[in-house]
Amino acid sequence: MFATRWQPFNDVWSEMNRLHEEMNRVFDRCGYRDRLSGMASAYPALDLWQDQDNLYVEAELPGMKLEDLEIYVTGDNQLSVKGSRRVPEQEKATWHRRERTYGEFTRVVSLPFPVNAGKVRASLKHGVLTITLPKVEATKPRRIEVKAE
Amino acid sequence: MTEMIRKESDGNLATVERTRNTTTYTPRFDIVETEDELILYGDLPGVAPENLEVRFENEHVIVHGRVDARHEGREHIYAEYGIGDYYREFRINEAVDAAKIEAELKDGVLTLHLPKAEAIKPKRIEVKSE
Repeated sequence: MFATRWQPFNDVWSEMNRLHEEMNRVFDRCGYRDRLSGMASAYPALDLWQDQDNLYVEAELPGMKLEDLEIYVTGDNQLSVKGSRRVPEQEKATWHRRERTYGEFTRVVSLPFPVNAGKVRASLKHGVLTITLPKVEATKPRRIEVKAE
Repeated sequence: MTEMIRKESDGNLATVERTRNTTTYTPRFDIVETEDELILYGDLPGVAPENLEVRFENEHVIVHGRVDARHEGREHIYAEYGIGDYYREFRINEAVDAAKIEAELKDGVLTLHLPKAEAIKPKRIEVKSE
């Protein structure tokens, strides 16, 4: 239903990493691990929510601003999020720990149903990106009247 | 600098139990040391400044961020990550000037400045030529 588009540069290893990450996620939800072990091979990780009118795609992008991001909807269900995160500049500094990730990222996903690409909104608050994608009329749930005879 | 790991055998230092029924995650941190200070950068996406608690006690920096539910009334249809609180604790071996600690939370990133106490700052010795 929801899949990351195949990317030609992926090799067997990233496929393995993806599987590894999937497993981690399963355990993660059971509370067996924390966020430190294993870096998501697909970045940023996404959460999807829906209500009657909209699909909401959420990603955690701490330290980023909307102008650092490029968000596109192509076709009626291809969403791409592109951006980069810079390393904080420190002169004459010693790094003791470096757990946060930096660099450029692109993620292209197929949404589970078509959306109205012209009315997509994005907001970034406290490092959480929320993309609101209105559903097209055809995919909105319709309540069927049940008549009793 | 070492991160403190709490063990059950530590007696009263046993794992902290929290009262909120949510998952607690360990946020990712970077730690940088300059001549004058230690700087901790932590990723705490979703934490509002008023929901962040930072404490320094007994040589420990304790960071606890609360994340409120942000999708009420919506159906969760796909998840690659979980939403929950953040907790992390570091033991700081360096002598830190606790009164001058500064914390800033911006766009979900905590920046914590721990200035070194005067006594341990490296001092440059002037070499005089005759």
